[in-house]
Amino acid sequence: MSFSQFYTSMDHFSIVPAVMLALFGCAVLLFDFIIFPDPRQRKWLLIFVGLAEGFTGFGLYRQQAWLAVNRAPQIIGFGGSVLVDGFAIYFNWIFLIAAMLVAIVSYKYLEISGEHHGEYYSLILFAQTGMYFLATGSDLVTLFIGLELMALSFYVMVGFLRGDKRSNEAALKYLLLGAFSSGFLAYGFSVLYGIAGSTKLADIRVAIEARPAWDPLVFLAMATTSVGLLFKISAVPFHMWAPDAYEGAPTTVTAYLSVASKAASIIFLVRMFMGPLAPVRVTWEPILAVVAVLSLTVGNLAAVNQTNIKRLLAYSSISHAGYMLLGLVAGNQTGINGIAVYMAVYAFMTLGAFMVVVALRRQNIIGDELDDINGLMHKSPCYAVLMLIFMLSLAGIPPTAGFLGKYYIFLALIQTGHYTLAVIGTLYAAVALYYYFKIVRNMFIREETEMAPLASSMGLRVAVSIAGAATLIIGIFPEPLLRLAQNSILR
Amino acid sequence: MDQHLLSIVLFTPLAGLLVLLFLPSKSTGLIRIWANVAGLTGFLISLPLVMRFRAELPGYQFEEKVSWIPSLGVNYHVGMDGISLLLVMLSTLMGFLAILCSWSAIQDRVKEYYAMFLLLQVGMIGVFISLDFFLFYVFWELVLVPMYFIIGVWGGPRKLYAAIKFFLYTLAGSVLMLLGILTLYFAHFQQFGFYTFEISELMRLNLPLATQQWVFWAFFIGFAIKVPMFPFHTWLPDAHVEAPTAGSVILAAVLLKMGTYGFLRFSLPLLPTASMDRTIVQILAALSIIGILYGALVSLMQQDWKKLIAYSSVSHLGFCTLGIFAMNPNGIAGSVLQQVNHGISTGMLFLVIGVIYERRHTREIAEYGGLAHVMPKFAIIFAFAMLSSAGLPLLNGFVGEFTIMQGAFEANWIWAACAVPGVILGAAYLLWLYQRTMLGQVTNGKNLVIPDMNLREIAVFVPLIAASIWIGVYPKPFFDILRQPVNQIVQRVRPEYFAARAQAPPPEAAVEHAPAHTGGAE
Repeated sequence: MSFSQFYTSMDHFSIVPAVMLALFGCAVLLFDFIIFPDPRQRKWLLIFVGLAEGFTGFGLYRQQAWLAVNRAPQIIGFGGSVLVDGFAIYFNWIFLIAAMLVAIVSYKYLEISGEHHGEYYSLILFAQTGMYFLATGSDLVTLFIGLELMALSFYVMVGFLRGDKRSNEAALKYLLLGAFSSGFLAYGFSVLYGIAGSTKLADIRVAIEARPAWDPLVFLAMATTSVGLLFKISAVPFHMWAPDAYEGAPTTVTAYLSVASKAASIIFLVRMFMGPLAPVRVTWEPILAVVAVLSLTVGNLAAVNQTNIKRLLAYSSISHAGYMLLGLVAGNQTGINGIAVYMAVYAFMTLGAFMVVVALRRQNIIGDELDDINGLMHKSPCYAVLMLIFMLSLAGIPPTAGFLGKYYIFLALIQTGHYTLAVIGTLYAAVALYYYFKIVRNMFIREETEMAPLASSMGLRVAVSIAGAATLIIGIFPEPLLRLAQNSILR
Repeated sequence: MDQHLLSIVLFTPLAGLLVLLFLPSKSTGLIRIWANVAGLTGFLISLPLVMRFRAELPGYQFEEKVSWIPSLGVNYHVGMDGISLLLVMLSTLMGFLAILCSWSAIQDRVKEYYAMFLLLQVGMIGVFISLDFFLFYVFWELVLVPMYFIIGVWGGPRKLYAAIKFFLYTLAGSVLMLLGILTLYFAHFQQFGFYTFEISELMRLNLPLATQQWVFWAFFIGFAIKVPMFPFHTWLPDAHVEAPTAGSVILAAVLLKMGTYGFLRFSLPLLPTASMDRTIVQILAALSIIGILYGALVSLMQQDWKKLIAYSSVSHLGFCTLGIFAMNPNGIAGSVLQQVNHGISTGMLFLVIGVIYERRHTREIAEYGGLAHVMPKFAIIFAFAMLSSAGLPLLNGFVGEFTIMQGAFEANWIWAACAVPGVILGAAYLLWLYQRTMLGQVTNGKNLVIPDMNLREIAVFVPLIAASIWIGVYPKPFFDILRQPVNQIVQRVRPEYFAARAQAPPPEAAVEHAPAHTGGAE
């Protein structure tokens, strides 16, 4: 037996983006320690992240090309523990964009906060490695390790501002609740393993299909797994951590957490429910419907009274999770397609909104209170108009990208006859507008209360502009994105 | 040329807006001039539509169709029939006049102000010419954002409340409408195997009554809030009172018409069975009549000049919806004409308030009295506006209301009987308003020193007064333009209508086929 049997070129090909991310993550750590310890010379960190993402992107591109050329549904690695399909690659692009933009805007932010360390960037890369396995894993162990790798990186990043009480508190809360939910997930996984005698998702599906839909053991596994999964996407009633973690974390980490971590958890969730748990759809569909409605209710109603922008966006992200869950409740092609489209536009608009909050960060001002954004139109019209685009998009007003996500979800609900859910979803869209426009009102109508100029940097301006342009262009010419999403889920 | 004419009309304000964005915000004079030039160009460029429009042709004209989002089956498809033509012309004219009348009223954030108006204009024109439901929805929502800012930034004391109320009300209605649209869209896929938002394609649908009813109510909420019909009208007084003059003008003259237009373009032709459903028609007629009477009664007791006109809009729009749901050529043609009339006369009334508000900064009716002595030109113009709104024969309001009444009478004489007091009350509150503000002795010393209207202000009113006399004296061209589209709608909803008339005695049939005859004032 030679080594090559355990690690074939196909195996390598199936995880090459993750390898790149992990290697560069380690390299950042080492270089930070040995070669460039000078705290004033930090530009190389961004170059490393850029290289890492470049190689990762190249790997993803190669994989995509391979799938297209061979007309294969997926790349199988490690005996089926890793399956790279179009859907996984699509989500990995989202992770990549999020990681890149977050890294760019973090530079200035960390400098102002006085916590500029190399680990931060390697943590971004390690988290992304975990996400890669969440998107491609098709084995309980791979998935769990991916999830933990991502979660652990985030626990550290949330508490990255060591001198800040809020950041520490947020990290501890997130860690405790996160570990608890991981426990539930691991318990569910163990029951699934008990049912199937295998950790492969495909085998589990076969085993569950053989049992009756209301089998108590399957129900137990489904219920406990759902708790872990729903925690990760911060769906009600497992959402308690989100507002605190979002508020306390450095804003850049909040952006990464709310976009990339959520995207990875969503694809994990979709894989579990449309894969091994698909045969028992009758049992989880009503549960998810209730959770989705609760998320919409709590997310939207709690957001109305928030005075902190990060908390407000945290509640809004809970409600967006509710919309995506509705896509899963509908569960048809349109619904899954809708989740993919929704996630992509959600990534751009949420990143953009958080990046504008990052721009408000100045010496001694965190810039996350609603009043901090007062009169932004006067201070910096460009940021204000971009923020307006993000808010319109989050509220789902055409012709911004956010409308398309909602469009697909509503269409999927109507196609599957869930009229009540559709009506609830639309009415909450109107509620959501109210609190998004509180931000708009403060920016455009209120006079400025905080006179200190913005500490904007070139990188930040570019990153916000990219997010803004994407939000608007996807809204007006959505065809390429829709094609991409559609092709990614055709099997 | 004809093929792109509508797109040119649609995107001229957008081009003006883009240039505006590059003007330095300090040089307000330049911005004002440019915005007025853009507004005037937008109006002039829409004039060829009138000249090239051929009233005798059925169907849509100036059509342009480009694939926009193929994977959703969405096209950029624009075109116009007689109804759209009148409303587009109303939009371009009122859009320009709104910009013109703001010359001295707006002093801060001038650039943003005009940018919002130009953006609003794109949305308004787009709504009236879209033949693709998705495109329509995009423009429908696009209108909300600039209007929110116009009320919220340049409005009165309670502007924040009024602005968000306007936005939330309309949005809640329009998302429900979106569900209705998606239901039709999916039903079309089920019946024909492909997805499309084309109105003409969706009209081929054969839906069971229950589905039609549910879609009808979804549309109804969207459109009724916009009109606004009686119990959904509460946003209107707030929005009107708080908005700056030009905002009120556009809101009354054009934005409200989007709702009635929606009924005519979508509810009736797409859901003919539900639209003819007895219960639905009776509910809608009842709501319209309640709106007419309630709006008029509330107007009577207003102390605030602008609020009075705002409630009068509820009453006038009640006539428009009553005409629509009379479901006969007279009713619908009268309704469309009355929409234009309301745009002209209520637009004038709001402009009148703007003129006086700029001088005195109050809208309390009790603050005024005897203004005719101080401002004779103003008094004459106000008299025109007031009489045209009250429906004096030989002015535009009379023709519209008369035709609607004729249609309502034909459908059900009780409706007409119930609506007639609305006309009388309308004359009452307007004449009383005029009496309280204009006639008698000058009671308030502050009013003695206000200057009369200047040339620019008068220029704003000239085209409107001309239009109001034209429609009042010789409405035939308008009815000619409306005949084809109106007959198509009636034919679609009540296929038996014309067949039955054809067998009836000739004189009656002649009346029905020539609604222009009812102009009466010739």
